[in-house]
This record gives sequence, structure tokens and C-alpha cells, in this order.
Amino acid sequence: MKPPAFDYEAPTSLAEALALKARHGEDARFLAGGQSLVPAMNFRLVRPAVLIDLNGVADLDHLSCSSSGALGIGALVRHARVESDREVARHQPLLVEAIREVAHPQVRNRGTLCGNLAHADPASELPAVMVALKAQLHAVSIRGERSIPAADFFQGTYTTALEPDELLARVQLEPLPTGTGTAFLELARRPGDYAMMGVAVLLQLDASGACTDARVVCCGAGDRPVASAATAAVLRAATPGSDPVALEALCEAAGAALAASIDPPGTVHVTADYQRHLAQVLAARAIAMAFGRAAAHSPRRSI
Amino acid sequence: MAARQYPIRVTVNGTEREAEVEARLLLSDFIRHRLGLTGTHVGCEHGVCGACTILHDGVPARACLLFAVQTHGHSIETVESLGTPERLHPLQAAFRACHGLQCGYCTPGILMTMKAFLEQHPDPDEAAIRKALSGNLCRCTGYQNIVAAVSRAAAMAKEGA
Amino acid sequence: MSTRAFGAALPRREDARLLTGRATFVDDIDLPGCLHAAVLRSPFAHARIRSIDAAAALAREGVVAVYTAADLGAVCCPGPLAVPPPPIEGALFHQRTQAPIARDKVRYAGEPVAFVVAESRYVAEDALEDIVVDWEPLPVSADLEAAARPDAPRVHEDLPDNIAARVRQVKGDYAMAVRGAAHVIRRRFTYDHGCSSPIETRGVVAQWDPRADKLTVWDTTQAPVFVRNGLAAALGLGERQVRVVAPFIGGGFGPKIMMFYPEEILVPWAAMQLHRPVKWIEDRAEHFVATTHERGQVHDAEIALGADGRILGVRDEFLHDTGAYDPYGLTVPINSQCTLLGPYAIPHYDSTFCAVFTHKPIVTPYRGAGRQHGVFVIERLLDIAARELSIDRAEIRRRNFIPPDAFPWDNALIYQDFTRLTYDSGQYAKVLDQLLERIGYRDFIDEEQPRLRAQGRHVGIAVVCYVEGTGIGPYEGAKLQVQANGRVSLVTGIGTQGQGHYTSFAQIAADHLGIDIADIEVITGDTDQFYWGAGTFASRGAVVAGNAIDQAARQVRAKALRLAAEIFECAEGDLVLEGGRVSIAGVPSKSMGLGELAQRANPMRGAVAAGSEPGLESTSYFGPPSGSTANGAHAMVIEVDPRTMNVRILRYVVVHDCGVVINPMIVEGQVRGGVAQGIGNAFFEQLVFDSEGQLLNASLADYLLPSSMDVPTIELGHVETPSPLNPLGIKGVGEAGAIPVGPLFAQAIEDALQLPARGVELLEIPLSPSRVWELARGAGPVIATDSPV
Repeated sequence: MKPPAFDYEAPTSLAEALALKARHGEDARFLAGGQSLVPAMNFRLVRPAVLIDLNGVADLDHLSCSSSGALGIGALVRHARVESDREVARHQPLLVEAIREVAHPQVRNRGTLCGNLAHADPASELPAVMVALKAQLHAVSIRGERSIPAADFFQGTYTTALEPDELLARVQLEPLPTGTGTAFLELARRPGDYAMMGVAVLLQLDASGACTDARVVCCGAGDRPVASAATAAVLRAATPGSDPVALEALCEAAGAALAASIDPPGTVHVTADYQRHLAQVLAARAIAMAFGRAAAHSPRRSI
Repeated sequence: MAARQYPIRVTVNGTEREAEVEARLLLSDFIRHRLGLTGTHVGCEHGVCGACTILHDGVPARACLLFAVQTHGHSIETVESLGTPERLHPLQAAFRACHGLQCGYCTPGILMTMKAFLEQHPDPDEAAIRKALSGNLCRCTGYQNIVAAVSRAAAMAKEGA
Repeated sequence: MSTRAFGAALPRREDARLLTGRATFVDDIDLPGCLHAAVLRSPFAHARIRSIDAAAALAREGVVAVYTAADLGAVCCPGPLAVPPPPIEGALFHQRTQAPIARDKVRYAGEPVAFVVAESRYVAEDALEDIVVDWEPLPVSADLEAAARPDAPRVHEDLPDNIAARVRQVKGDYAMAVRGAAHVIRRRFTYDHGCSSPIETRGVVAQWDPRADKLTVWDTTQAPVFVRNGLAAALGLGERQVRVVAPFIGGGFGPKIMMFYPEEILVPWAAMQLHRPVKWIEDRAEHFVATTHERGQVHDAEIALGADGRILGVRDEFLHDTGAYDPYGLTVPINSQCTLLGPYAIPHYDSTFCAVFTHKPIVTPYRGAGRQHGVFVIERLLDIAARELSIDRAEIRRRNFIPPDAFPWDNALIYQDFTRLTYDSGQYAKVLDQLLERIGYRDFIDEEQPRLRAQGRHVGIAVVCYVEGTGIGPYEGAKLQVQANGRVSLVTGIGTQGQGHYTSFAQIAADHLGIDIADIEVITGDTDQFYWGAGTFASRGAVVAGNAIDQAARQVRAKALRLAAEIFECAEGDLVLEGGRVSIAGVPSKSMGLGELAQRANPMRGAVAAGSEPGLESTSYFGPPSGSTANGAHAMVIEVDPRTMNVRILRYVVVHDCGVVINPMIVEGQVRGGVAQGIGNAFFEQLVFDSEGQLLNASLADYLLPSSMDVPTIELGHVETPSPLNPLGIKGVGEAGAIPVGPLFAQAIEDALQLPARGVELLEIPLSPSRVWELARGAGPVIATDSPV
């Protein structure tokens, strides 16, 4: 399990890195944490002619938080840093909740959020979270910079909207409005494994307690993050109120809507039917959690 | 055509080492076969088993998922940086006292993971230890005695402090 | 010595080296000029090789040689049969072993096709991609039951079908048992493939010294002596020309004993051809197909019971998947057949198995070695019987135990060691009672479970029992030698893979010699140090080598005392041996160190008298007449999420009896490690093949070894029934923990979810959340309590 030969480039500036990528195009891969890329190379499933190591590029390890809570996460920001950052935890609890489920401590010490997203493994937690959070993914190349909505970024298994000369340089997350509740729940065979099914939920309640926005996105349910409009429709306009029976019924209905709207592939570990069932159960639980958290932060509560 | 060689300078267990390496040389192979530090073991070469865990700039990382060329200008610590057979590091002594190893193959990677963990979490409970250990597979022990050894090392460090 | 070393929980002597990275494993052998090998493996499970073109590989810079079957000549012949079939009347057995490289045809995906030797492993792997093979894919028999049908694609064309072996063993008259039975239960049980997956993969390093005409091989083998003998035969060398060293081994678990793996021949052969050292280290991807598997069986079993729950008889017919070849004979299915009887008095037993060739990797023993399957069948049958007869699960087991005064207990079957399966000793009820007490069985069922169920929690308890035939022959030997510096060398022929032999073997000798274990150098796994032996397998190292060490140590002690008595001109009875010195009791001035005595025993002048030997040394061999019988019982409390079917283990208790214990710390470690592997086998690990014989999860990301979050704290209790079959009274313990975990999971999950009362039974291993959900998805509501009394 030794990787095929490649040329190694270690640019020290973004411009240099992008020029290299522009020159080599699809023959080159960027190397940040390498926690997905290098295993694939060791299995000889991926064989880039050139590796462009970003680790020496200044300014890519920025983790910025504006006073309003907007987050910018650069291409060299490791999972471990996101996981332990208090500002991120305060403003984007969904991201932290999900990132803790990614692999193991040693992998999170090296692996990066941007690298994970650019790898676009449909079983990974973070693409689903990005879709749920409506993240903006900033691609740069020598041609310039553009912002890609997460929902458009993931285009299939290991396939993204990035052009061959582009780098996913930064993820931009806008602050969540007051009254937002989020939750990420997954079930993996072993802690740290890719989930058999994972569900990211974002709900927003207005001052009356009515749900004004709902996003439910699965990982492991298809060839990319699967957002369920049907589930969101069940939740939107609902007013869960304080009746636990009604809340449970709403959550279960939403879970059922999710199960009906996805077509999971099954794996060596799970049947497709079981995945569908898990999506229903996990969604119902995650939605209940998110409602609870939203209520705790709702404008009504602060009155 | 000979493969292109890249010069690197890396601090290994406190000593600066210089070498010329092919870009694709895995750090695990560099440590073991170029530097002769065979205490770092290779179990899977796809980042799952954790046997090759070393400290990269003080942080646990899989040596099989790094290229040696990437360590230029960085520091690496391997199990050889801990104690010697005559003078075990307290963590190593705790593993011996608690029978925290059997075949010992996964052990160096576990020691390096736990060394960094204990520095960050000097007073961990069992659940925290098990979580921190979850990225290192052991096929012999069933983990219980490893957990006990890490607890013991933490307790002894506290007593000594 | 004031305290005995034997029986003490002493820390291990090998640990200091292992913990500091100073222990030498095979891949740590670093020889000047060493070449590196890689194996081209078949991508097809069944295919004809039309041609192989290695020209491009040979042309690649850094490639030294590429070998195919044609290049190997006579060396490329089927390997030896490691274990011939036991002498069972009427047994059918077709021996088909693997050649180092497939010549015309491959029979499993992963079978070696070419062998590349290059300046580095990186280049060797590059060269594998240069080799062009013209394949003709052939129909595949991957599924065990399908492969057993007469019209299935044949694995070996010269055989009429895929039946590798058929063995029937009968005790009593099962038909009679059925006639007298109040209750007969029949079920089908399946057990799927898994693998041992030690963290260290296999590896071989070989060096040929043309001046000395001597071959040295470092091998991750559990049986260096057998490898030495086989290599000598295969390579046309004398046995004294071959030295095999098994240094520190990173876990064995059985598959590291399967002689001969292709690489065990190819690497030494290439080193002899090239006159340069050659190293091959299996990578993890190769390991999944190149190292042997275990476990695939399908049982159709029937139990006949009296109304009181006593077992009258059992009938079992099973298929055993042996993979593409059967180099290890019938050991695994014979173990399944024999171990099914468990600790129970079963008067009538009729068991037939068919070993079946399939287009899958080879099956040989892996920790438990077929015992799991037998235990799964009988324990599950008893669970069902308990339910149908309204008897408590623990009680039905107790009622059927062989009583402690009934030993030796003759099971009238032939066991894997060719002897009659006779249990030597055991106190099964005592073990079970201690187990139930420790886990609080009665309280759990009567109070805790109903209370938790009322809260909507799905908790379950399970109890299973097992017997393990351990410590089988043929023999092992040991040589003890007092050196001039007073230290003792202790050499055996077996290898060690983490069992703590450097410590436990020294503990056996230390008390006899009155020295500290630190003064005993234990050497294992080097055929130049000890010529004879079988190997480390079948939970036999401590039993068989241990007793040889005990004998040798006694003899060295006797020699030391005899010599000292001559020197001091006193009676031997007046002498004490302690602190490494022989002294006359009460006369401190009359004292001599063992080292000096050893020198005196090897004088520069004066003849060695007839019947005496120089030096303070002894070589001794021990061969037990038959294996000693260990036993135990496991109990577990779990909680199941009834919607996701995720399982959480709340408590796990083992009570076991492995006879006299040399080092309780090591024994407990062996049991706990075994349980961890058992948990993996029961609930996490499964090798998934498609219909074309392709393994679908050949990585540690997808083959799920349990992690620190998956294995619970395991509470242990001991019962000690010394074995009468060896002087030390030891029974083996290496495999015990792994054996009964499958039925424990099945029973506990059934109990937690009240599945039987809802019409669902768990009759297969491994289980998983997905599988349990699939099995339970059609289940109805609870219609009766499933655990009366």
C-alpha cells in the first residue's frame, strides 16, 4: 500500500499555489490535511501527478469570527481547531456537534474542514451540515474568486462544482438568527466511523413559536448530501407549542416524511431499508432536540 | 529515470536530521527504514489502526498519512523519545504495571496518543480515556488494562505534582 | 526465595522492550542490500491464466526479478498438509493445498500470480501494475450452500464436486433418543466469515549465506519448527541448513500458523536465487485475502429433550466453508463437531459435516478454531428449549451439566488431536453459580428488568456456558542451562505472540532453581536455539511447553544439588537452593552460586563419568496423553435501542476455570482480549463477499475491529480445577474468552427486545443493528413473557 510516484510542490503563497493548479489542472491535487487523500493514494485509487502542499501557504489557516458571529474558515483550519474554538461553538453549534463525530482525534488534528468538503464523500457528516447551514464555499483560482452555495457545491460521489484550477479556500457561515435550534445526530457502527445514517437539522422559530424555517439534511443517504424539502414542509408553519404529545407527533411525522423522500443506497453494513428507517428515527429525535434548543433561544423566551 | 529527491530537515526526538527523500515516501517508512526508529509500527497504511501515531509538532498524527517531505521544518516525536528499558517513562511504567499490552505492536502508537492526551487532560475519567483511545485499535487486550494504565499514569502524575 | 514466582501476578519482563520500541518484529529486521517483494494477486475468484507478460515490469528501473509459476520449477508444487485428517472411520477427505504461485488457474481472488522483487517496496508495487495477465474468468462458487450442490462450478476440476470432506461421528443412538423425547427442536444456524486481523500483518525476511550454505528466515509464524522443516524439504536443504526465527510477533490468533503461505516459500527461494536478502511485508489490503479466514458454517441441528429439560440427544448436520484449499485438514470442523457437546451430559449425538471448497480465501483456525460455531448451536438450542419447556435459561444448563464426580468423561468422539474426546475435570455448576451470583442474575430477572421495562427501557440478560479442549499434544520441549554468570537460559521451540511467555515460562522455572525470574533469559521461536517443537496454537503453549519447563527445571535443580552435595561432602537433603546459591542449611559459609556450580560441572580436566553429563543443564519434553479441558461461563446485561437496534453493554462477567494459574494477570489479560475478539466476531466483524467471490470490505474502515468504545469493562471470576493430565495441573486459556460470545449476544438481544415472544429468533452470527432490525421488522407485539420461572 505505497502511493504511486508524484511531484511535490510546496508553494508559500496562495498566488503560487493557484498558478501551479492552473498549470497542472486535474493532474494536480491540493494537499492540506491529507486524511482522505493519502489513504486513497495508498490504495492507489487516486494518483495525482502533482501534489500541491498548502501547509506552507500563509493566510489559509485563518479562522475568523466577526462581531455579528459570521465565521470564515480557511483551507488549512483543522477539525481539532474548529472543534475547540469557543466562538464557533457559540455561533455554530451544529458544526461543532457534527465535527466531533468525524473520525478520531489524530485524524481531526490533521484533517481540515475545506479538505473534507472538497473530497465530497457523501457519507461524510460535514457536507450535510454545510447544506443545512447554507454555507457559502469560496473557490479561488488565478481567474478570480467565486462563492458557491453548499447546496450547489456537492455534485456527486467525490464530485464537486470546483473547476480543475480552483481551490476551496474558505467556508463562510452567516450567523444564525435568534430562535434557531440545530441538532446533528448520527449512528455509526463504531464511534468515529462514517455514519450508517446522519441527520443535520436546523429549525427557526419566530416570536409566536411558529417554525419559520426548517432544513433537514442527511449524510449517507445518496451520492451527495440529501436535503428533504418534504420534511421541511412538514415542519414549516408548524407551531410545536408545549404539548409533548403534539411535539412528538410532529417530529415523527417529519421523520416519516424524510424516510419517504430519500432513496439510500445501502452499504456492506446496512440495508437500504434500515437506512431509511434510521433516517426516520434519527430525524425525529434530532428535530425534537432542535425544537428544544430553538425554544431555549427563542425571542419569546427572552420576553 | 531516477525519482526526484527532495531535501528535508526535520527535528526528530529533539535531534535535527537531514535527508533526501522521494516525494511519495510515507513518514512511517521514513521514520522506520531511513532513520531506523523501528518503534513506530505500521498496521494499516490507511489511517484507521493508529499503530503509527507519532507527534507532529507535538500533536498526535498518523505517520502513514503524512509524506516525509511534508515534515521539512517540523518536529517529530516517536516512542523512542519516551523512556528507555532501564528508565521507563511514567506512562510506560503504568502500562507495564497494569498489563496494558500483550503483543505490544499497537502500543507505541497508543503511548504517543496518550502522552499528548494526558498533557491536555491531566485528570481524565474512564469515558474520556476511552474516547481518546478510540483511534487506536488493539487486537489483544480488550482495552480495559490500557484504560487502567492511563488512569494510573494520570494519578501518579498528580501525586508527584 | 521467600515468595513463589509461580502463581504470582508478576509484571511482564518483555514489556520494557515492547514499551520503548526496542523489541524486534519481522519488519524491523534491516539487512544490508535487502530487496523488497510484492505479490501480484488474482483479481478474479476463478479464472484461467492464458498468459502473463512481465516484460514491462522487468524493464522498470529498480526491478530485480519477476517470477511466475514457470520460473519456480519444482518449487511450485502444492504445499504440505499441515494437519492430516484424524483417523475417523468412514471419513472422506480430499487434500488440496496451494502452490506458491498459481500456474494455470486461480481459485480465489487474492491468489498469487506473480512475485516481484525490487529495490524498494514502492518500486515493487509500481511493477505489479506493469504486469499484463490475460485472464479468462470462469463461473464462481462463492456461496457455501450453493457450492455444496452437485452442479456448482467446481473449485478443483479433478473432483466430482466441491465436497472437500465428509465426516460423521456418532455417540449412542440418536433415533432412540428421539423416540423417548418429550420435545424435539430443530433449527438452522449460520455463522459467517471473519478474520483475525492482528495489528501486525504477516511478513517474511530471508537471507541466504552462500559461504555457509545456510538460509536464515525471519517469519511472523506461530510454528517456526514446522516452517523450518517444511522449508528444508521444499528447497532441497537439510534441516540444519535452515534457521527460522519468529521474533516478537504482533498478534497471531491462529492464522499466523498456516504453513505454508506462498510467501514463506517465495521469499527464501528468491533470496537463494538472488544471493541478496529479500523482505516481504504483507500490507493490510493483502491481509484480507492473503491471510487465512475462518468461521463460515451452516448448521441444521436438532435437540431431543425430556419434559424435565434433560438433553436426550442432539443431531447436527453442517456445512463448513474451507475456502479454495484445505491445508489445515479438518481441525476447524472437527472442533465445531466436538465442542458442540459443551459441559453437558449428552448421551446420544449424531453429527455429520461436509467441508466444502469455495472460491474464497483459505479457512484455517482462528482463535476458537471452530469451537464458536458448536457452542453457538448448543447454547441457542438450549435457549429455545428453555423457553418452550418454561425452564429458566440458567437452570436448564445446570440440569444438564456433567457432574464433578463423573470425570474423566468420555464423549466417544475423535477430537482434533486424534485422541478420544475425554474431559479430564471440571466443576461446571460451581462456575455457573459464581457467574449468576456475580451478575446478580436472579435479582435482575425478578426485579431490575421488570422495573426498567416499566420505564420503557429494553434491557436483557444472557448466560452461556462452554467447554474448551486445550493443551493438546503432540509435545513441546525445553532446555534449561545455568550459565557461568549464574543466569539461566530457558529455551523452547514454540513462538510467542504476546502471551507473556517470557514471564510465565520463567515463573515456572524460577522456584525450582531458587532464582528471581529476572535471572532467567527466555528464548523462544528460534530453531537454532531449540530444534524440536510444534508451535503456539490450540491454547497449548503454557500447558505443553510449561510442563516441559517444569520437568527440565526440576532436573537442573537435582543436578545442582547433587554436585553441591559432592563438593560440600554433605547429604542433598541438607542443602537449600535460594537466592541463586546452594548452601548447607544453617552453615552460611558453605555456599556456592549456581554459576560457579555450572563451571564446576564443566571442568577443564577430568572425564565426564559414564551416565553423567557436563554442565548444569537439562532438556525435557512433555506430551500430554490428551488435551486438558478448560471451561467457563459468560453473562452479559445489555440495553438495546428498540428503534435503531443499537446495543450498549451494561455489564459483562466471565467466570472461568483454566486449572492452575501461572500468572493471574496474564490469564485475565488473555480472557479479556478473547472476549474483545468475541464481541467483534459476534456484533461487528463480517467479511462480505459478493456472488463473484469479491471481498467487499477489505479495509479496516469497513472490517470493524472493536474499539475502546465498543468493549466494556469485563469482570472476572476464577474457579480452579487442576488438570490431572499434567503435573502442573494447567489448562489452556488463550482462546477461551472468544468462544461463547456469539450466543451471548443473540440471547441478550432476544431478551432485551422480547423477540421470541414476538415470533423472532436470532440464529445467526454476526449480528448488527441493521441485521437485527431486518430480522425483527416483521415481529408482532409481545404475546407472552419469554423468560418464565
